[in-house]
Amino acid sequence: MSHADADALFAFEGVGVTASDGTRVLHDVNLVLPADRTTVIVGPSGSGKSTLLRLCNRLEVATAGVVRHHGTPLLELDPRAHRRRVGMVFQRPSPFPGTVADNLLVAAPDADAAAQRDVMEAVGLPPGLLDRTADALSGGEAQRMCIARALLTGPEALLLDEPTSALDEDARDEIEELADRLRERGVTLVWVTHDQAQAARRGDHVVAMRDGTVVFSGHVAQAREAGVLS
Amino acid sequence: MSSTEALDAIAIGPQGVALSALLVLVAIAVSWRRQLGLGRSLLQSSVRALGQLVLVGYGLRLLLAEGTSLWWSVGWVVFMVLFAGWTVTQRAVEVPGLLGLAVAATAATAVVTLGVIFGLGIFPLEPRYLVPTAGMMVGNSLQAAVLAVRRTVDDLTENRAEVEARVALGQPWQQAARRGFRRSLRDALTPQIESTRAVGLVFLPGAMTGLILAGADPLDAVLVQAAIMFLILGGVAISSLVIQQGIAGRLFTDDDRLAPLTRR
Repeated sequence: MSHADADALFAFEGVGVTASDGTRVLHDVNLVLPADRTTVIVGPSGSGKSTLLRLCNRLEVATAGVVRHHGTPLLELDPRAHRRRVGMVFQRPSPFPGTVADNLLVAAPDADAAAQRDVMEAVGLPPGLLDRTADALSGGEAQRMCIARALLTGPEALLLDEPTSALDEDARDEIEELADRLRERGVTLVWVTHDQAQAARRGDHVVAMRDGTVVFSGHVAQAREAGVLS
Repeated sequence: MSSTEALDAIAIGPQGVALSALLVLVAIAVSWRRQLGLGRSLLQSSVRALGQLVLVGYGLRLLLAEGTSLWWSVGWVVFMVLFAGWTVTQRAVEVPGLLGLAVAATAATAVVTLGVIFGLGIFPLEPRYLVPTAGMMVGNSLQAAVLAVRRTVDDLTENRAEVEARVALGQPWQQAARRGFRRSLRDALTPQIESTRAVGLVFLPGAMTGLILAGADPLDAVLVQAAIMFLILGGVAISSLVIQQGIAGRLFTDDDRLAPLTRR
């Protein structure tokens, strides 16, 4: 393992994922995700982007190769503690039953009123919504609540799986602005998107995937030169 | 009424069966007219049921004959438990290695309920009592087990997003899936609770009907039925709980990941 890999948020070494029906979802992925930049993962649907992201949160486990987090193989880490260090935001927000506050308490049962208000403000939601039924939120609000929930575990990184693809344009812009604020807080983002323009706007580091393998990994400027981003 | 008279009253003979089968023809006619495509299944299932019942009738005649060892009846019960376990696996092919669990769940029910019935002397331990009561206990626990497995698997499939969102927050699977487990267990027990509630008012259950048809005093029949009903209720709870506990551990990995639940 090189020194650079030890600094990396995630390093993939010969990683493959084969589904139980024999379908190869990922194969021979060798990749480093830097810790201090926003990585965007682009590629057509079915190219393995989401699987790559889910490997990072251990919602999937590689059937070949090793995934490392700061140099340590993921399988040697406690999965629950790891998931709290690396939060995940899904494509469709999934509000849990109860109020917004109830939702936050799932992530952090000890979060007091002040902590709840803080995290609401951090994601740009009025604290007045805390008593609102989570089901009654708009799509954009629900997605921000899900980000707030993930933030309450105090993660160093957030994995975002197409977090704006189910939202309208305004909500999308709000989430993108929120992404900037999260980076200011020191949270590293790994962002899966099929939206090339969004990738160009938000990414420092670009990973392009096709047919279950990585076809490009480099700086956003290089990605433009290589024709990976239009 | 003497017992011979009572038996005469319920010996309906092949003509009686044939006449009642006319209603199956009515059902087939409805299916044909409304284009439900159920005619074939109606016919097949009716013929199959008749065949199975006749076979069971001959089997029971052998089991209940004077001098037949009780062990034959015990063997019959073991076969019922195994067959019930196999039936459960056929209704939930997505769950790996379900057979052992399903057999364990029905066996647990059989052991507990039959243990109470015969251990506490509610009925004497004779083939005449063992085989039919075991049939009722195992049959009902089979239905409940199927329902518990199906609802659990369907609920987890429907709510995979919520379960994964909880797991992604570091929750153990037991906690992430708790709501779904509770819902599906409730769904598995509800039909039995409902039929217990409606008993007598809407329908007269099998054991009691049989006893009354055979000429027993209705109040005696009611007491037998009540005892059986309570045991079924308990048995159903045991089998749903055992099977759900068992499959829960198979549907999740040690690191809290929910297995892919595709029908193979």
